[in-house]
Amino acid sequence: MSVQAVRAANDEAARRRIGVTTALAALVGLLVLISLGIGPVRLSPLSVIDALFGGGSDVSQVIVREIRLPRTILALAIGAILGLSGASLQGLLRNPLASPSLFGAPQSAAFGAVLVIALGLADVRSYALPVAAIAAAFASVFALLTIAGRNAGLLILILAGLAISSLAGAATALVMNLSSNPFVVLEIAFWLLGSLEDRSFAHVMLALPFITAGAIILFSQRNAFRALTLGEETAQSLGVDVGRLRLVVITGVALGVGGAVAVSGTIAFIGLVAPHLVRPLIGHDPARLLMPSALTGSALLLAADIAVRLIPSTSDIKVGVLTSIIGVPFFLYLIARERRALGGGVA
Amino acid sequence: MTENPLLTAHGVSVTLAGRPVLRDVSLSLAAGHLVALVGPNGAGKTTLLRALSGLLPSGGNVHIAGDALGDLSLRERAKRFAYLPQGHVVHWPLPARDIVALGRYPHGATDPARLSPKDTEAVLRAMQAVDVMEFAERRVTELSGGERSRVALARVLAVEAPVILADEPTASADPRHQIDVMKNLRVTADSGVLVIVVTHDIGLAARFADHVLVLREGRLVSQGAPADALSEAVMADVFRISAYRAEYQREAVIVPWADL
Repeated sequence: MSVQAVRAANDEAARRRIGVTTALAALVGLLVLISLGIGPVRLSPLSVIDALFGGGSDVSQVIVREIRLPRTILALAIGAILGLSGASLQGLLRNPLASPSLFGAPQSAAFGAVLVIALGLADVRSYALPVAAIAAAFASVFALLTIAGRNAGLLILILAGLAISSLAGAATALVMNLSSNPFVVLEIAFWLLGSLEDRSFAHVMLALPFITAGAIILFSQRNAFRALTLGEETAQSLGVDVGRLRLVVITGVALGVGGAVAVSGTIAFIGLVAPHLVRPLIGHDPARLLMPSALTGSALLLAADIAVRLIPSTSDIKVGVLTSIIGVPFFLYLIARERRALGGGVA
Repeated sequence: MTENPLLTAHGVSVTLAGRPVLRDVSLSLAAGHLVALVGPNGAGKTTLLRALSGLLPSGGNVHIAGDALGDLSLRERAKRFAYLPQGHVVHWPLPARDIVALGRYPHGATDPARLSPKDTEAVLRAMQAVDVMEFAERRVTELSGGERSRVALARVLAVEAPVILADEPTASADPRHQIDVMKNLRVTADSGVLVIVVTHDIGLAARFADHVLVLREGRLVSQGAPADALSEAVMADVFRISAYRAEYQREAVIVPWADL
């Protein structure tokens, strides 16, 4: 193969990536318009655009800008950070089965929020809830790092993450177990299911700074993920400070996922699924997967949140339930597909 | 070897989990040499490579081209030592070209799609040197073991570092491919690079290296030209074997023959 042919192939791959990313962005844009138009009052994408920019009737402006926009922004941002976190952790761990819940951060964040609800410190729409969730997510990550040690191997991190998420789950169950108020337990149970309903701009303002900070941190590490393709030792020999990278990624995930869980409850499997959907389209380069995974995460959560509003049922289906119902079989499919590699003990 | 040394080590010691793995290793190696590092299993060969390149903290001093290793940043060390680990692990099926381009990472070229002309040339030079241009676009996971190790070698060459540290690059390769790898490293050394190769293959070491280091239980017990460093006494003492010794085409031939 000649030098020119290598360069031409390089250009073609770059065009393909840009094309896929643009298409994903367009899909997300379309889903945003649909999400803003769906509800008791149905609005066409055109009237949604009209209302967004101050046209149309006062009623449709209020519906779109004040009632539905926060929900849509949250679906967009939370889906994106979940997709980005999943792709980042898969890059860090070089394992296609990694996802944010692997480190126990979302479960711990949920525990933090549940504790606040159960102790009656605040109701589900108060500021105390997200603050507690973010604090718990941070605490879990610090605990993880302390237990695993600074230069711990990935296996230790995974096991420690598993232990921490189990502990968070058990602690959450204990809080519900001990709660004397059945209404509180019901409230917690529903909150844990994960939902974007009835969210306001107060929620957006609380979650968005953390999600944005987490996203910037994770995205800034993208090229180190590519070097990690060759394993930790070789990445280190190429100048990647692997110990520091691990710390930075976990911090980014904790910030983003902690902020997200705080306002939405636990929404699982977006982080696992999103990178897998884009790999066939743009290849396996962990650095190039980040942006498309974030867009795919947004698209998935927007679509799921649209679906829960369309599916006819006697009570509201929570979006977290829907993502799990679709995500778990996908997870099992991945385990079956990766079985050989996993059983083979590929480090 | 001690005139104008490129890489020197004084009293390098490493203790892992309370066990001394390297004890007081001192050496002085010059540019343009292919150095074979041999020794029984567990002698500390890989640990020495890691200590020399700073991948592992160690006692003692290492100097590269006059600079103390400890004073160099991670990035500076990465530019000076190209490290080829055992096994050529590649976790994602990237095209061979992108793997080779990772060799430019220490030079700030972290994105294979946006290489400077200088980095692009280095990558192409490395790929041509080990003849991997024909499968530049193929995913490394689809290549044969021999092809994959050539890609790994190209990645190391692309760093264009003054020192190459290769950990058993010929392990689990067929004879022709073993010779191929060693020839490539020999040519690289002849171009002025210090190449240190860990190997269990005494024959290849004797054939291709111009300097041999023998490690036993973390100590450097013998070094010199192959025939001297791997003398009968050393073979008996360190490896507890006898060897058939000859000379062919003015190269030392040492073939492990019988246990003692």
